[in-house]
Amino acid sequence: MEKTVKHWFPVFVLPTLAAFLIAFVIPFVMGVVLSFTEFRTVSDATFVGFSNYVRAFTDNNLFLQSLWFTVKFAVISVIGINVIAFALALLFTRELPATNFFRTIFFMPNLIGGIVLGYIWQVIINGVLYKFGYSITSNPTYGFWGLVILMHWQMIGYMMIIYIAGIQNIPTDILEAARVDGANAATVLFRITIPSVMPSITICLFLTITNSFKLFDQNLALTAGAPANRTQMVALDIYNTFYSRSGYEGVGQAKAVIFFIIVAVIALLQLYLTRRKEVES
Amino acid sequence: MKKPISLLLSIICLLSCISLAGCGKKKTTSGEVYFLNFKPESAAVYEQLAKKYEEEKGVKVKVVTAAANNYEQTLKSEIAKSSAPTIFQVNGPVGYDEWDDYCLDIKDSKLYDMLSDKDLAIKDDGGVYAIPYVIEGYGIIYNNAIMDKYFALPDKKSDLKSADEIDSFDKLKTVVEDMTANLQKLGIEGVFASTSLSSGEDWRWQSHLLNVPLYYEMFEKNDADSDLSLAMYKADNIEYKYAENFEKLFDLYINNSITKPTLLGSKSVADSMAEFALGKVAMVQNGNWSWSQISGVKGNTVKAEDIKIMPMYTGIEGEKGQGICIGTENYLAINKNSTDEQQKNSLAFLEWLFSSDTGKDYVTNKLDFITPFNTFSDAELPNDPLAKEISRYMKDDSVKNIPWIFTGFPSEAFKKEVGSSLLDYVQGDKKWEDVRKSITDKWKSERD
Repeated sequence: MEKTVKHWFPVFVLPTLAAFLIAFVIPFVMGVVLSFTEFRTVSDATFVGFSNYVRAFTDNNLFLQSLWFTVKFAVISVIGINVIAFALALLFTRELPATNFFRTIFFMPNLIGGIVLGYIWQVIINGVLYKFGYSITSNPTYGFWGLVILMHWQMIGYMMIIYIAGIQNIPTDILEAARVDGANAATVLFRITIPSVMPSITICLFLTITNSFKLFDQNLALTAGAPANRTQMVALDIYNTFYSRSGYEGVGQAKAVIFFIIVAVIALLQLYLTRRKEVES
Repeated sequence: MKKPISLLLSIICLLSCISLAGCGKKKTTSGEVYFLNFKPESAAVYEQLAKKYEEEKGVKVKVVTAAANNYEQTLKSEIAKSSAPTIFQVNGPVGYDEWDDYCLDIKDSKLYDMLSDKDLAIKDDGGVYAIPYVIEGYGIIYNNAIMDKYFALPDKKSDLKSADEIDSFDKLKTVVEDMTANLQKLGIEGVFASTSLSSGEDWRWQSHLLNVPLYYEMFEKNDADSDLSLAMYKADNIEYKYAENFEKLFDLYINNSITKPTLLGSKSVADSMAEFALGKVAMVQNGNWSWSQISGVKGNTVKAEDIKIMPMYTGIEGEKGQGICIGTENYLAINKNSTDEQQKNSLAFLEWLFSSDTGKDYVTNKLDFITPFNTFSDAELPNDPLAKEISRYMKDDSVKNIPWIFTGFPSEAFKKEVGSSLLDYVQGDKKWEDVRKSITDKWKSERD
């Protein structure tokens, strides 16, 4: 066994490992190192210790403001997307006509890139708001709900597919047994379906949480933070810190490291909590 | 038997990995010129030029164009690569300050010799590091056909007879407000085009308009012949003394606009220029670079001979005889870290562009540049109506043109803050007082 692993290592692991190193590990380590330095381009850094981390919070309150905005957005998106996706999955696993057709339709928004989606929704939302003499930048609330709608539209189809796969995997004999025992629909849902699809829930929660936190292109295309950075999410704030003034590259990098830690802690916590609820089938 | 196969497979995989990683990094011959272009509107012309140059001189020129408003980002990532740009652009003293480690001293080059006014170059410690290549100007562009229509109205309130008699803010205001009262008779939907304030589209206000009041402030504080953009660049604080004047003109723009103030946050510069080109509005604040946008609009109704520029009057005392804003934020620099051969070739390419007959033909007729080089004769000026207006103001000794000093504004973050404060103002979330405060505060905090 071990010999086989060794033998086939160069074929099956090495290419992926190399790509992983080049595209993830090396940039990540460099990023962490750069957060302790002052630099203009990545090749001319000088060490400055923790001052970038201090400046991330003291120079202005944009980082905390956008972090708060992101948290609010993430909470609403995670709940909304998962509830709706799960409901749709339940619907499309019943014997209804044209379920495959609807599954495809709901999945399609996920195939469009974030920037394009952002512009499409900007046009749609502005088209509606124009009637009342406003635009999406008139009020940060519009931008917030615009982002929420956009995210729902994009992610629901994807999560729905994962839930459908989970639901279809539930052994029919359990369901039949429950029905014979006289369980009603609600009992079946909460006692059988949800516990059995726990692995799917783990995955879906993980994907929606991390994606909501990391959201960038949709934010950039839809509002770009307007008005006055009040619809700016953390990723966009990092980007703006890094690029819109000289001497702040290290601060942007420090914000990115802090952001990474926050997202990693939340995601790991969520994995730990939902994993515990998974039942062995 | 199995071993060779797996070895072979792994080699193939590795190779494909390497070729994937190397994708986009074309092998460069050592002397290749790489020009990172700032002007998206000229991208196609530069590509043609590169081809032409390779035919004539046999040196390959690679042209990459950064997307609008993305030059700094693109430059930052491109210059860290092993095949970095050999010619890049800095936007004045602030830009030079950021890239000074990468700028070659080109004091002894022919390109610097060609510059007619040597003061225009960016100098540091006796060296010359960046050279401007285009002179541009902006003001209030107006459609004279509509203006004439207004001045022919029997019941007009203004006693002027034509648009070139407007020589102060008060006169402009009377005319504009009376035009708004007569929109239907004039066949327009607003006097001014949309004051575009969506993100990345607000530079006409946060840089160009703000340039005017700050010019007067710096002019009073400095010696008559000092370089004001440099003074601006060195100022730790601004008083923003003529805030009220900025506000007067800005209010005139938004109150007599084709678009309701609350909708301005979704408008772009292209929208404004289209409104002007289609004859829906009479005036728009912009510069000569926007000619391609006006002429490129399908079904445009503005005739070239009707397009004129007037100064941006803000009601500051002594504004009589004020000209339009003329200057440059386009400076070329040569990358210090590229090879000697690349540096030599890059300079040769630029010298060819601005002094050979082919190059000059492209510059005047395709790029529509008014250049600061002595290799261009008076006859070799671009033929578009806006460039003609710029050179008319440059030659007119009776007016005092305003130099571009916004090149000395502290940072992109400062300009963004001004832009978003203005958006807050038009949407009713901020008063002028707060806008003023955010401008002076942000200036101070960016300079700390």
